[in-house]
Amino acid sequence: MNLAALSDNLVALAIGIYAVAFTVYAADLAKARTGARFGARTRSTTPAAVTGSANPVDSPVTVGPDGPPEDVTTPDVNSLLDRSDLSRTALIAGRLFTIACSVNIAAVVARGVAAGRAPWGNMYEFSMVGAAAIATAFVIGSRRHRIEGLGIGVAGLVLVCLGLAVTVLYTPVDALIPVLNSYWMVIHVAAAIVAGGVFTIAALASGAFLIQRRRERANDSTPGIDATSRGAGAGLRSETLERVSYGLIVFAFPIWTFAVIAGAVWAEAAWGRYWGWDPKETWAFITWVFYAAYLHAQSTAGWRGTRAAWFSLLGYAAFLFNFVGVNMWISGLHSYAGV
Amino acid sequence: MRTAVVLLALLALAAIPGSVLPQRNVATDPAAVPQFMAEHPRLSPWLDRLGLFEVYASPWFAATYGLLLVSMTGCVLPRCARLWREARAEPPKAPPRLDRFEHHRETSLDAPADVVVAQAAATLRGRGYRVVVDSEPDVPHTTGETGETVPGQAQARAEVRAEKGYAREIGNLAFHLSLLVLLVGVAGGKLFGFEGRVALAEGDTFTNVASSYDAFTPASLADVDGLTPFSMTLEELETAFAPTGPRTGEPRKFDAQVTYRTEGGSEASTSIAPNQPLDVNGTKLFLSGHGYAPRVTVRDGKGETVFSGPVIFLPSDGALTSDGVIKVPNAKPTQLGFEGLFLPTGTPMGGDVSQFPGLLAPRLDLVAYSGDLSMDTGVPQSVYSLDKTSLTEIESQSLRIGETMRLPDGAGSVTFDGVARFGNFQVAYDPGKEIALAAAVLLLIGLTVSLTVRRRRVWVRVTQYPDREGVQVETATRSLTRRSAPSEDTDKLMQTLNRLAPDLAPDLDPDLDPEAVRSLS
Ligand code: HEM
Repeated sequence: MNLAALSDNLVALAIGIYAVAFTVYAADLAKARTGARFGARTRSTTPAAVTGSANPVDSPVTVGPDGPPEDVTTPDVNSLLDRSDLSRTALIAGRLFTIACSVNIAAVVARGVAAGRAPWGNMYEFSMVGAAAIATAFVIGSRRHRIEGLGIGVAGLVLVCLGLAVTVLYTPVDALIPVLNSYWMVIHVAAAIVAGGVFTIAALASGAFLIQRRRERANDSTPGIDATSRGAGAGLRSETLERVSYGLIVFAFPIWTFAVIAGAVWAEAAWGRYWGWDPKETWAFITWVFYAAYLHAQSTAGWRGTRAAWFSLLGYAAFLFNFVGVNMWISGLHSYAGV
Repeated sequence: MRTAVVLLALLALAAIPGSVLPQRNVATDPAAVPQFMAEHPRLSPWLDRLGLFEVYASPWFAATYGLLLVSMTGCVLPRCARLWREARAEPPKAPPRLDRFEHHRETSLDAPADVVVAQAAATLRGRGYRVVVDSEPDVPHTTGETGETVPGQAQARAEVRAEKGYAREIGNLAFHLSLLVLLVGVAGGKLFGFEGRVALAEGDTFTNVASSYDAFTPASLADVDGLTPFSMTLEELETAFAPTGPRTGEPRKFDAQVTYRTEGGSEASTSIAPNQPLDVNGTKLFLSGHGYAPRVTVRDGKGETVFSGPVIFLPSDGALTSDGVIKVPNAKPTQLGFEGLFLPTGTPMGGDVSQFPGLLAPRLDLVAYSGDLSMDTGVPQSVYSLDKTSLTEIESQSLRIGETMRLPDGAGSVTFDGVARFGNFQVAYDPGKEIALAAAVLLLIGLTVSLTVRRRRVWVRVTQYPDREGVQVETATRSLTRRSAPSEDTDKLMQTLNRLAPDLAPDLDPDLDPEAVRSLS
């Protein structure tokens, strides 16, 4: 079997394992739901409390200095965010996901070796590498934060990405057209893909944050339940999500900035102008500005939390549109990537 | 900051229409705007009035980023001033209750207060903090459990106040101010630069004066008569295409071999390829496209050779099916004109489209006209089209290399001698480029510093037990950024302090600051 075929088979294998991981995540979620319905009690742990009160003076939304109460009844998602309470199914799903991610990376490497170049020269390769970047960002991210609850969303997204890659976008290994053949291109696209993987997890966290926040508000207004324990426990959960998406965006934003600058350097070398408001460049700019707005919102009283999360989603929507929409619907200098 | 968020959101939204509607002065396709206007005759004048075909040069777009930059300057300069003051002032006093802050640690040590304080100060200094030792802080009032004010106990205490991470603010300032520098760089190109385009067949020479360009767009303040003097000859253009496979015909290589002469008279040879431009004293030449220029020889009715050489044909598809015209105004007795279709690989079954971009079976289809080319009317003509008002078609034929088409009535003949290649060169001069690059580097560094460095304060409070030997030590950290402060500093601090405890005459760290010890006694 040659390397190109090996890569194709590894992609298929990765899809299989991601799919199993997805199913296990779904089963776990279902279990957590039913558990919650029957009043499963989970302990809120101290580590969360410590990180939760990160900066009491600057950020009024963080959990109060008194820390969370001893015992908090949590409906569902909190159990997913708390590693010590992680169920066996969630652990298994996480392992499977990590394995699938490794297979995905192996497929990328095999493709690169087979083509004798960086394996990101057309839409098929972008999707394959993009899936690997998203998965890797999640695997690394979930080591540092308790975001296993996002697993089902991440696995679903990666599956869509790879599914489109093998069905619609598939292209056999081939050399590059000359204008793409530049080391700046390798750097530029690599940075864009890494940033994109991290932005993806951040957007999922922001989306989950918005849903969670709303659910907590609804719970808070339900009478007859001890409001303090509710409030603090609820704050903890959406707090984690918010902190995760903030941390990820802070990490990815300079990388994205670098990707845009590297792209400009490449454009200068290829076309003689570093910025020409080509649709691809324009959407990279829009993405950048939305994320800059997100960072400002995070430092603006009254915009933290819900409003900031919307900017994270807008930034991600612009990013996604650039990778998908611009390639497919808007013609420009970049549209040669070959669908 | 709210203004910044709102304006940034506005800027993002304002950039969108330009990516959806065709734009003038955006390189992709110069015909896009006229075509769109022809398709939407009602809507277009309104869109045009709103500047929607020139979004990035429109007043409202400029107003958005202008306001943003003004507001940014107004926001960031005062921050500069504050940073300057803060960096020279002492870190502020510890708040009464340290347990409200991050990394709050408490311990009892069997060591003299001044030693503990000196050790704490030394450790923090060693970790890059600016440190102030306050041996007699005002005893603060604390808030008791039930909210009442508890007067400070009259205990002997000392405080170490430390701060680090000023680099974050400097990074933030550098980042924001780099945006202004970037604006200067962009303006440099937009005001003083130029862009041009020229097509050269193999063997042609180009001289860098405005009139030699096929298209020339100088910026408003560009020095059109003072272009960098040089000339360049295209010796040979090498091309290669994917010969087989699913991407058959996709370009794999272009490489233009050129020689150029600069003002001093020195001559040099080099190659220009995609991603590999030629830079002549800041004027850059890029190979942006290529095609074929069939070589023909035209003889007129008298047998004179009235034209001989390559004629540039413009490609119309990926397999380089190309169109072009040949004008021979000095043919006698009548002027001659030819409309041609060139196929680098024209198979008999293939009809009028080339099957492959490489020169496998070149074919030149010519339609000959005689009459008046209407070139003397004073209206400039395109070299790529014939004005057929006073021309009559006299003959047409498909030629292979070496074949000749004889024109009827002794009007002459045309011979297809061979094929040369031509290169399209994009020429650009942007004097603001280096400034923009410097700004971008500053931006990236500033941003990374501001997002990774965490500015924070550490307080250490040392209280002598009133009733026994030893001290109580309390420390806490306050992060001045959105993200929590790392805990290593506190851990290290507690470690070194705990090492003091066992015996009361500790061996102090060698880096212990004698100043701090002295100031306590
Ligand atoms: C020209 C457009 C602007 C861009 C692209 C931009 C971008 C950014 C970015 C990416 C950050 C994140 C760095 C960090 O969080 O430390 C930031 C921070 C900041 N920006 Fe801007 N900014 C702009 C305009 C403004 C304006 C108009 C103001 C004043 C209202 C401003 C004030 C600040 C401040 C004070 C911070 C630090 C926030 C903090 O302490 O966390 N910026 N800016």
